[in-house]
Amino acid sequence: MRDGAMRDGAMRATPSATSTAVDAPRDPMTTATGAPSVLFATLMKDLRLEWRSKDAINSMLFFALLVVVVFSFSFDPTGDDARRIAGGLIWVAFLFAAVVALGQTWAREVRNQVLDAYRVSTAPANDLFLAKALGNFLFVSVLEVVMTPLFVVFYNLRVIGPAYLLPVIAVLGTWALVVNGTFFAAISLRTRSREVMLPLLLFPISIPALLGMVEATKIVLTGESSAKFWIVLLAVYDLVFTTVCLSLFETVLNAE
Amino acid sequence: MKTPVLIAIALVVALLAFGLYQGLVVAPTEQTMGDVQRIFYYHVPSAWTGILLFTVNFVASIWYLFRRTTVSDSIAVTTAEVGLVFWTIVLITGPIWARPVWGIWWTWDARLTSTLVLWLIYVSYLIVRRFSSSGQTAVLAAALAVFGFADVPFVYLSIWFFRTQHPQPVIGGGGKLDPTMWHAVLYNWLAFSAFAALLCWFRYQLERKQRDVEETIALESLLEGSPR
Repeated sequence: MRDGAMRDGAMRATPSATSTAVDAPRDPMTTATGAPSVLFATLMKDLRLEWRSKDAINSMLFFALLVVVVFSFSFDPTGDDARRIAGGLIWVAFLFAAVVALGQTWAREVRNQVLDAYRVSTAPANDLFLAKALGNFLFVSVLEVVMTPLFVVFYNLRVIGPAYLLPVIAVLGTWALVVNGTFFAAISLRTRSREVMLPLLLFPISIPALLGMVEATKIVLTGESSAKFWIVLLAVYDLVFTTVCLSLFETVLNAE
Repeated sequence: MKTPVLIAIALVVALLAFGLYQGLVVAPTEQTMGDVQRIFYYHVPSAWTGILLFTVNFVASIWYLFRRTTVSDSIAVTTAEVGLVFWTIVLITGPIWARPVWGIWWTWDARLTSTLVLWLIYVSYLIVRRFSSSGQTAVLAAALAVFGFADVPFVYLSIWFFRTQHPQPVIGGGGKLDPTMWHAVLYNWLAFSAFAALLCWFRYQLERKQRDVEETIALESLLEGSPR
C-alpha cells in the first residue's frame, strides 16, 4: 500500500513523461485516461488471445469431459439417486476444470514481464485484477454452457424445482470460484511449485461456496425445498470476497 | 536458560498438573458418559486456545499489512503454528471421545466439519509460508490470513445448515454443567493458554534469531562482494 502511494506520487510529479513514454497515444483503449479503459483493454486483449489460441477453453472442456466420464464409472449415473448427486458432480467437474484455466491466468503476463511493467505504470491494479477475473468468468461460463447439456444427456437429468434459479446459482457460484481463484493464482505465482499451490489455497477457502452451489443445485434439481438460504449465502460470499480481493490485490501485486 | 524463563516453565507445569488434577480427580464423573467425558477438559480448552491464537494471527496479519513490521509477521507465523498444534489436539481428542459416546469416530456435522476446514485453511497458510521465496512470504501470508479469517463465518454458517450432531456450545447453551466441572474446564483453559503463551514465546525467539541469522548472512555476502 505504501509502495503504491509512493509510486502514484512519483508519477504525478512527472505527468508528461509518463503519458508519452508509457502510453501509446494512437490507440485510445490503452491510454490511462480513466479506470474503465484499462479494465476494458486488458479484458479485450485476453479475450482476443483466447479467441485465437483457444488454449484455456479447449483444455478446460476436455478436462471436464474426462471428469464426467470418470465419475460415471465411479457412481451409477442412471440410478434414482443420480439427481441427488448430479449437483455435486457438475460443480466438482467445473471446479477442477476452472483450476486448469485459472492456473494459466498470469503465466503469459509473467513470461513477457507484463506484471513488472504494470507495477511501474500508473494503471490501477484493481483494473488488472477485475479484467483477469472477468475473463476467467467468461471462460468458465462458456464451459458451463457447453457442458451442462452433456450432463443432462449423460445423467438423465430432469429439473423438478424452479429451473430459472439455475442460471442465478451458476453466475453466483462461478464468480465465487473465479474471483478467489484469480487472486490465489496471483499468490501462487510467487511460490515454488505454483501448479500445486493454486488448488491447495483455493479448495479450503472455497468450501462454503462449493457447498452452497452443490446444495442449491441439488435442491432445484430435486425440487425438495427452497434454495433461498444457499443463494443468499453465495451472494454474501461473493460480496465479501470480492471486497477482500480488491482491497488486497495491489499489495500482493507489489510484493517484492 | 535464564531464571525468569525457568520460573515461567515451572509455573506452566504446575498449572497443567493442577488442571489435570481438577479434571481427573475433583470433577465428578458424568452420569451417562462416565469417565470418558473427562477428555472434555482437554478437548474444549484446546479449542478455545486455538481460536484465541488464530484471532491473534489475524490481528497480527492486519497489523503487518498496515505497518510492515517484522515483529507482527513473526507473531503471525508463531501463533499460526502453535494454534495449529492445539487445533490438531482438538481434532484428535474429538474422535477419541466420539467413538465410545456416539459409536462412531467421525460424523460430517457442522462443528466437526468446520473444525476440519479451519484446520485445512491454516495448513494451506503454513504451506504458502514454506513455499514462497523469503522476501514475499510475509505479504502473501498476511493476505491469506485475511482470506482465512473472512471464511470462518461462511464455513460455520454453511455447514451448520445441515442438522448437527455435536452438543450445542457449552457457553450460553443452558449451562447444565456442575460447578466443579466448570472449574476443571476453566483451570485447564488457563493452563493451556499459559502453555500456549510459553510455546509462542520460544517460537517467537526462534523466529527472531532465524531472521537475524539470515540478515547477517545476507550482509556478509554483500560485504564480501564489495571492494575493501
